[in-house]
Amino acid sequence: MTEKDLSQYANPEALVSTDWLAEHLNDPNVVVLESNEDVLLFETGHIPSAVKIDWHTDLNDPVTRDFLDAEAFAEFASSKGISPDSTLVFYGDKSNWWAAYALWVFTLFGHQDLRLLDGGRAKWIDEGREVTTEVRTPQRTQYPVPAQRDDQTFRAFREDVMDHFGKPMIDVRSGPEYTGEVTVAAGMEGEGALRGGHIPTAASVPWGSAANEDGTFKSRAELEEIYTQQAGVGQADEVIAYCRIGERSSHTWFVLQHLLGYPNVRNYDGSWTEWGNAVRLPIAVGEEPGEAPRR
Amino acid sequence: MTETADLPQTLTEIVEDFHAVSERERLELLLELSRELPELPETYGGNYHEQMEQVVECQSPLFLAVEYDDDANTAQLIFSAPAEAPTTRGFASILQQGLSGLTYQQILDVPDDLHQRMGLAKAITPLRLRGMSAMLGRVKHNIRQHQGQRAG
Repeated sequence: MTEKDLSQYANPEALVSTDWLAEHLNDPNVVVLESNEDVLLFETGHIPSAVKIDWHTDLNDPVTRDFLDAEAFAEFASSKGISPDSTLVFYGDKSNWWAAYALWVFTLFGHQDLRLLDGGRAKWIDEGREVTTEVRTPQRTQYPVPAQRDDQTFRAFREDVMDHFGKPMIDVRSGPEYTGEVTVAAGMEGEGALRGGHIPTAASVPWGSAANEDGTFKSRAELEEIYTQQAGVGQADEVIAYCRIGERSSHTWFVLQHLLGYPNVRNYDGSWTEWGNAVRLPIAVGEEPGEAPRR
Repeated sequence: MTETADLPQTLTEIVEDFHAVSERERLELLLELSRELPELPETYGGNYHEQMEQVVECQSPLFLAVEYDDDANTAQLIFSAPAEAPTTRGFASILQQGLSGLTYQQILDVPDDLHQRMGLAKAITPLRLRGMSAMLGRVKHNIRQHQGQRAG
């Protein structure tokens, strides 16, 4: 199989192939980070030199439903051996769901060189590449505290969603979640909402639409067909993506931001667990996107 | 200890093992348990998807079969989960080691909040823990159904 040409994407730097990673594993400036849905998977074997990120305990504030603040992020990055100029390569299980999520969280703190391993953990393993159970203790660094966590550029809150009506929005959950037939994803009981449905005007593009069967991203032409054409994002300047808790939509955020190059893409991480439960917020049910609420 | 007062013996031991170690080590214990999940018996080998039922509430594919011994009123539990789902395997292994071979009634009497007894709440999302609760629920459901069929 010929290696996919990554230069087709808007930001070719944001994606690396398994070949590239294999060649750069010993590069001192490259830090490989594994972020899985299954918190024990890393321990069963991982890419040599990779460091584990636990999306549940490492990236979230223990008290507020929010991410780490700038100080906690600096401490976290230091403990993982990361410097501001490190090239970070994220990968994980389930077609990189949680890897994309970790990458997006790092984006909020302004880390520059963030990349995703195309095809994630499964592709690396399917290709018979080396894995190890040896856990490397990262050499501690001094990551300076970022000036802020930028919650404006890449992140949307519910108020931002209200102001966004009339511009493209993508719901990346499964079809039955979008229509309101179910209030939780199959197998996701416990992250449900009081009401089923979607945010009015949002187009339904389940996140998996962006991935090939082996977990790699589809070609730019295919992605343009799906998002730009079918979902009607067109040449919009601003797009918001959401899902249930913001992790599947990080995958779509990555596609829109880095592979298709939309100028202003935000992930609404409050997502359906906030919107579907919140007082005074309108919803739409069924297969149609629905009308924007009158202001 | 209150976590174990109403549990069968082997489960009691497993729960006590979890509480005897630090929170960090509890994950290692779960990983160990995941490795101990028995291989699928050969009789299920090739077409286990047809012979077993899928517990869809789990985030990773998990297949379950219950073998009944109506003379002894005991049930054997058989689980199958892929290597890339160690957390699911760990939960299955707890139920397999803790319940397989017990009587129908003993299994039905296991409290439904078993998944909250192991002190994993900080390390594992509530969502994942609920996957374990779904497994237990499915086992009990099957046993009740089996008993109903015998009675009917």
